[in-house]
Amino acid sequence: MKNLTALLLLLSLSFGVVASESIELQKANIDLSNNVSLQRGAKHFVTYCLGCHSIKHIRYLRIALDVDVDPKKVLKDIAPEGANIYDQMHSAMNAHDAEKWFGTQPPDLSLIARSRGADWLYSYLKSYYIDSKSPRGVNNLIFEDTAMPNPLWQLQGEQYAEPRKNIWGHEYTNLVIKEPGTLSEGEFEIFVNDLVNFLVYVGEPVQLERQRLGKYVLFFILMFLVLAYLLKKEYWKNIH
Amino acid sequence: MNNEGVDQSKRQFLTTALTVVGAVGTGYLAVPFLAQMQPSAKTMAAGAPVEVDISKMEPGQLIRVAWRGKPVWILNRTPQVLDTLITLDDELRDPLSLESIQPDSSKNPARSIKPEVFVAVGLCTHLGCSPTFRPEIAPNDLGDKWKGGFFCPCHGSWFDLAGRVYRGVPAPTNLEIPPYRYITDTQLIIGEAPEEESV
Amino acid sequence: MKRNRVTECNDWFLERFPLTKLWNEHMAHYYAPKNFNFWYFFGSLALLVLVNQILTGIFLTMNYKPDAKLAFDSVEYIMRDVNWGWLIRYMHSTGSSAFFIVVYLHMFRGLLYGSFKHPRELVWIFGMLLFVALMAEAFMGYLLPWGQMSYWGAQVIISLFSAIPVIGDDLSLWLRGDYVVSDATLNRFFAFHVIAVPLALVMLVFLHIVALHEVGSNNPDGIEIKDSKDPWGHPVDGIPFHPYYTVKDLVGVGVFMLFFATVIFYIPEMGGYFLEPANFIPADPMKTPEHIAPVWYFTPFYAILRAIPDKFAGVIGMGGAIVVLFLLPWLDRSPVKSIRYRGGIYKKALMLFVISFIALGYLGTQPATPTATIVARFFTAIYFGFFLLMPLYTRWEKTKPVPKRLTTIHSLEEQLPALIEEITQIKHGSTEIGHSAFKSSFFAIRPNPKGIRNLLSRLAKNAKGSLD
Repeated sequence: MKNLTALLLLLSLSFGVVASESIELQKANIDLSNNVSLQRGAKHFVTYCLGCHSIKHIRYLRIALDVDVDPKKVLKDIAPEGANIYDQMHSAMNAHDAEKWFGTQPPDLSLIARSRGADWLYSYLKSYYIDSKSPRGVNNLIFEDTAMPNPLWQLQGEQYAEPRKNIWGHEYTNLVIKEPGTLSEGEFEIFVNDLVNFLVYVGEPVQLERQRLGKYVLFFILMFLVLAYLLKKEYWKNIH
Repeated sequence: MNNEGVDQSKRQFLTTALTVVGAVGTGYLAVPFLAQMQPSAKTMAAGAPVEVDISKMEPGQLIRVAWRGKPVWILNRTPQVLDTLITLDDELRDPLSLESIQPDSSKNPARSIKPEVFVAVGLCTHLGCSPTFRPEIAPNDLGDKWKGGFFCPCHGSWFDLAGRVYRGVPAPTNLEIPPYRYITDTQLIIGEAPEEESV
Repeated sequence: MKRNRVTECNDWFLERFPLTKLWNEHMAHYYAPKNFNFWYFFGSLALLVLVNQILTGIFLTMNYKPDAKLAFDSVEYIMRDVNWGWLIRYMHSTGSSAFFIVVYLHMFRGLLYGSFKHPRELVWIFGMLLFVALMAEAFMGYLLPWGQMSYWGAQVIISLFSAIPVIGDDLSLWLRGDYVVSDATLNRFFAFHVIAVPLALVMLVFLHIVALHEVGSNNPDGIEIKDSKDPWGHPVDGIPFHPYYTVKDLVGVGVFMLFFATVIFYIPEMGGYFLEPANFIPADPMKTPEHIAPVWYFTPFYAILRAIPDKFAGVIGMGGAIVVLFLLPWLDRSPVKSIRYRGGIYKKALMLFVISFIALGYLGTQPATPTATIVARFFTAIYFGFFLLMPLYTRWEKTKPVPKRLTTIHSLEEQLPALIEEITQIKHGSTEIGHSAFKSSFFAIRPNPKGIRNLLSRLAKNAKGSLD
């Protein structure tokens, strides 16, 4: 018994050592049934992101159907000039220019919400700050030395990093907006949240449909299970 | 393992019920598998209507465009060709296109919206080869009866320049006319029916 | 008249094909012990998952492209543009994890009740070959989505072969068909994953079942039911597989599908264990992800590999962890099969083994910090200790006498009414006029503290007693 206790102790120790420290992410408020938020997010994406980043795994028509907008309205209000409703959302920038300007090719963002997670994206887009030591003049608290310039700085305003200490003496960095942008802090949060909400939708457009179907499938299997159980009981009642 | 006191009717009922539920479940499960073999969204996108500019077409010229991956012919017919077409009715299987596939706007002797511009799916209605365009009259290989038309090299079907099939050849019906409409006088969109028809 | 035709056709067929004989031999007249418990569901469930994988796999192949430039996008094409493609893909990806869950539980059942022991050594060997083929199948299938984890996972595992002295480098080059994992590797893995290995799997399943039906099924008591037969030659404690176990397995299938569908429709990524976040990034041969780990079902073996501080020895350790399982029938010297009649040492050893397997699995998913490596070494020692010391401790331990006939242990479902009665009491005298008898008796039920105390102490005593 003694060696067992020692073992459990060791086991609990091993859980402790592997958890690494990282900056706490801010929670994004994801609601895929909020079509208005998704429409705004799609519009924001086309305006601020599609210039460099494609989301080539989704078509305008799919967005129109899923987010419940008339396809003609999607072409008029959301898609860039000249897009066809069947088109995938390609970026206008070519790879060669991208390589020259950013030193790297801006990745396709179709699956970014699935690889990074919504909270990471939300925190990342909010965590740019002015950094005179960085070659680009800006840096990011979540993704240090990111190659991407802050596309939203005019909206958010100029943010600065300030070292702080909490009551236990741990140092941390606080971000403060010193020069307000065109949006208030609350408006900017909603803006980023809509954008992230849209990216989560783009990551797996079928999500809502899948959850809706799941209920029926589970109910059906449950019915099957009850009948199978009754049949088994009936057959087995003479087996002792 | 004695079978005394076994309620056979209950067993029978439960077995039937479970079989029915299982069969219905299997049926539902089969739907996604069968449906996934239907054309995908990508195929649908590739099969979207295509726009064609016909302003630069010369009389007698034939151009080919791809719609849903099929060859679609657009032929600029001369007045002589249109005159010949009227004389052929006796040799044709379905001169009035009663059994053939075409939109209502093309259900007329010339089988087109504007008589001079002929649009058709360039696939033989027999087994799907693409017939060759043979506008010349009475060439050596086809003989004196040939008044210009489309000849299918696979199984020897004859069509006139309105895509109508001759008698005595394997193809059963006239060439298919796809839905199309004019955006302007010189611009066609193939794959979309005229507005009044689609309503 | 019509009826006659059908019978005629039927007879024509049966005269030429031994369908009735096959059915009787393997279903209707195959006698299985009547005391199978829930551990015995996992064999038929493994078969179900295999069918699921083959069916969904066939339909995935219709749209997947085994080309380094197209593979990643074709998977997303399946997920979005193909009708129901997402469902079929999730059925396949969830199915692969479910396969391992089911197979690990199936193997653990073997350890519990000694199903690998005489006369079922060959059943166990075929089963182990199935396990190895399954690992190969899963490993090669995992490359196909061509994400970052797919790519670097394959790179690491194939590099294991380069640890073999002399021929190692040439061997891994030959396996890849290139200097790194590339289009050539993807294409050949596709061929193996969709044709070669599935064929081997199906053939091995056939052999596994034929071998099993030759010697007959083991059971939780570890007694041969063939030893006591009735005058007609049927085992007294056996019941025909059909209908008894077909209807019972249907219940297992229902429960399994409930879990399976829940994952598919609500948590297909399973928190990053079934579908890893890094695999949603296309493979990039220039950039390794910060933290790479194999899919969960390989992590125990991966942890053993990392725990050993020498490349070649690590590979040997990892391979040995699987090879040693093959030897199990000859390592175990105990005269009894079932854990019910074994001594305390085996019970404790098995418990330690399970703990070490799960702990290694967990450590394999985590970054290799120095402390984690030391812990992994400790559990690796336990893992191998369980097998290599088995010839000693199974011979020393004192076993309990094995009964001649199967024993009956009441299932929880049968015990439930008695248990409820024990832990509750009906408050008498509180019945008021005007209440219906049902209502009053229902509300008069109160928990019985003494009964609960008795039950708990009995449970604790049983738990302790079962370890001795």
